[in-house]
Amino acid sequence: MPFDPTSDYPLGARRPDLVTTPGGVPLGDVTLAAAREGALGPHEIRATPRTLRLQAEVARAAGRTQLAENLERAAELAAVPDDLLLEIYTALRPRRATAEELEEWAAQLDGFDAPTTAAFVREASAAYAERGLLAHG
Amino acid sequence: MASRRFASRATRDLSLEQLVSPLPELGLVSANGPNDPEPELVVENGAVTRMDGRDASDFDVIDRFVVAHGLDLDVASEAMATDDLALARMLVDVDVPRCELVRLSRGLTPAKLARVIGLLDPVELMLALKKLRARRAPGNQAHVTNLKESPALLAADAAEAARRGFAELETTVGVARYAPLNAIALLVGSQTGRSGVMTQCAVEERRNLELAIRGLVTYAETLSVYGTEPVFVDGDDTPWSKAFLGAAYASRGVKVRFTSGTGSEALMGYAQGMSMLYLEARCLAVVRAAGSQGVQNGSISCVALVLSVPGGTRAILGENVLAAWLDLEVASGNDAIASHSEIRKTAKLMGQFLPGTDFVTSGYSVMPRHDNTFGGGNFDADDLDEWLTIQRDWQVDAGIEPVSEDELLRVRERAARAVQAVFADLSLPAISDEEVALATNGYDAREMPDRDRAADVEAADELLARGVSGLDVALALDRSGFDDVAEAVLGMQRQRVSADYLQTSAVIGADGVVRSAVNDPNEYSGPGTGYRLEGERWELLQGLPQVVAPADLLGEAAGADPIVAERGAAAKGDEASEVVVALGPAFAGALRRTIADLDHRDVLDAVCDGIREGGAEPRIVRVVRVADVAFIAHDGAVLSGSGVAIGLQSKGTAVIHRADLQPLDNLELFGMSPLYTVESYRAMGRNAAGYALGKRVGPVPTELDNFARAKLIVRTTLLHARETQAIVPGGAPVEVELVTAPVR
Repeated sequence: MPFDPTSDYPLGARRPDLVTTPGGVPLGDVTLAAAREGALGPHEIRATPRTLRLQAEVARAAGRTQLAENLERAAELAAVPDDLLLEIYTALRPRRATAEELEEWAAQLDGFDAPTTAAFVREASAAYAERGLLAHG
Repeated sequence: MASRRFASRATRDLSLEQLVSPLPELGLVSANGPNDPEPELVVENGAVTRMDGRDASDFDVIDRFVVAHGLDLDVASEAMATDDLALARMLVDVDVPRCELVRLSRGLTPAKLARVIGLLDPVELMLALKKLRARRAPGNQAHVTNLKESPALLAADAAEAARRGFAELETTVGVARYAPLNAIALLVGSQTGRSGVMTQCAVEERRNLELAIRGLVTYAETLSVYGTEPVFVDGDDTPWSKAFLGAAYASRGVKVRFTSGTGSEALMGYAQGMSMLYLEARCLAVVRAAGSQGVQNGSISCVALVLSVPGGTRAILGENVLAAWLDLEVASGNDAIASHSEIRKTAKLMGQFLPGTDFVTSGYSVMPRHDNTFGGGNFDADDLDEWLTIQRDWQVDAGIEPVSEDELLRVRERAARAVQAVFADLSLPAISDEEVALATNGYDAREMPDRDRAADVEAADELLARGVSGLDVALALDRSGFDDVAEAVLGMQRQRVSADYLQTSAVIGADGVVRSAVNDPNEYSGPGTGYRLEGERWELLQGLPQVVAPADLLGEAAGADPIVAERGAAAKGDEASEVVVALGPAFAGALRRTIADLDHRDVLDAVCDGIREGGAEPRIVRVVRVADVAFIAHDGAVLSGSGVAIGLQSKGTAVIHRADLQPLDNLELFGMSPLYTVESYRAMGRNAAGYALGKRVGPVPTELDNFARAKLIVRTTLLHARETQAIVPGGAPVEVELVTAPVR
């Protein structure tokens, strides 16, 4: 059945068939029994980029454009390792990174197939340049 | 010369607070500041070239971010052209749907938003808030912390909070390294109290993200934003860094709400001469532009500063309304201590309490405020009964449920046991049975035994190094026989996979189903619509543990030894020294004690003794036709040889009357029955005798307790109802005599 963002929310209750763990375990199989048997690792307990994109669709269908964009960035960032995520966050803080460094982070995000977030970092860099919020190289 | 009344007021709690006149240069003005810019938006060739008094070239990071992500230019021309007052009226017009207001808000600049909100008075703001709240049903969030970071106490308090109906629980740490232990205690405790309650541990972002990744917490609200660029930068962030962090949290399945609030810019020294409400409008524009589903606002930790200036309370309510108008979930403050004065604090609360917000407080201190390490505790454990009673008074759901002491003791003990088992299973420093017992029924952490804190933090570090996750906690509970708690913790892990709680205003029901503004939206459109406290929920919220059935308030007279015996119709007396003691229909009959809990026999003995001491002779009659004390006494006076009688109502109210007076006039009225002793009744008897014998009589000194009515009005009503039930319409007075008290 195709996904209808106006009526298929909450996914957990209405469309569990569309939700899996990153390793492909269906939502319905995320159980204590599976955990006991070692069929579920802690890395399995998170939303996949696909699930986050479905949530973005739900938000957009409800008229929440910015929340949808945030969830789309989240879908892109789901694949980015934790440490890298925190490094990019730090680089975006005031006067932490030069324009070149921010461009490098953006390029890395492109490498993770995160074009929207990469563009977001480039946009920040441009604004920081105008407002003196870049680090001096 | 000094007034003693001014001196008395100067000792009140309120006098501890500083009130100041507005000083706009420092941002000490609540709303509609003289320097706030005129709302404006200039769009040329699809690009914003000017907004709220600034050219694009002068835009700071906030302006730039809002223009890039927060304005819908398709709506802007229509929205900005709409008259301020017309928008303000739409906010309170129940026939203008919420979705239409949200649509228009997408095209409004911060100055316009603040200007429109500034036009609403407090009651209009409350109506607007009721209408604009994102989720249908209001909710509440609890703070759960303690000074010793006792895991047993954290778990017990979390369980109580969850059992009382809080949808979210927030903890933090005194010592940062404790974070994983506190997060585990909160997770286990919350899921013992009620499955589906969301938890967070407010710590530095890196640690916070780590806890989230491990499934030990499910939400975060630590992302602060500010309304001026210098303060934002001093906070070591920009709108882009905060928005990125928000997306990072969401990517790990964490519900995020930003934090802002009036007064922070003034406190941090760069309000740029703008009003608090205008700067908050800028914050909220950033919050929406960043794609946060919601915000914690309502001044939060700066509340006392906002309350120091005129209109502060109104501005704080205004910022809550503004956030809801922008379609954001609102956790509406009321967590940091707003005032020393209980009156002022409660008055401020009503702005959010009555309309209802997604979270009426962004942290109700479920434990005593001494243990609140957020610096919160505006309302705490000791205030719970007041909160519940005010909900019952207004028939309003402000998100807290009454629960019996037995049930809470059960839940608290079980949670402490569960976390004890998890600590044992995960080889963390043991939690003793003594800790479990004290966490169950103690008052605060001062009663808890000291733990080996060095061992705790070492274990916490090691726990992180081992990679212990929410899944491991579920398995530890499973191995320890806490099957249902294990299922609930696993359920929270499953929620992270489906990520439904990332939508606006999401909470999780005990059935595991997420309810948010998407599937349970607020569609209030006037009376008869929207969330109303009725049916089962209203039954639940009115059934406080201390409520008693009215019938249980009165003792049963049946089976008690008789005090008086009736001896036929009462005749008029002819002895000039006679004072009639006229009893109400139920006195010493269906009722046996006064409201002051005096035995009617002792009262009668005292009145008769007093009459004799005064040199007169008592004669007792019962008036049955009426229950009003004036008529009882006057009927008695008409029968009295001296023309004087003392009337006694069952609840103890007395009147000395004389036959020639109008029934509602009297010689002396004793209306403060809760205060009387047996000696009082003896004095009344003496005075009645004095009047009968024509002596000079000084009235019995009047006593006064203006709280007696508040305390006893229910019992008064019930006693009087019993008295009126004993009335025999048109019945003649009856002669009565005291029965000799049985020898015990």
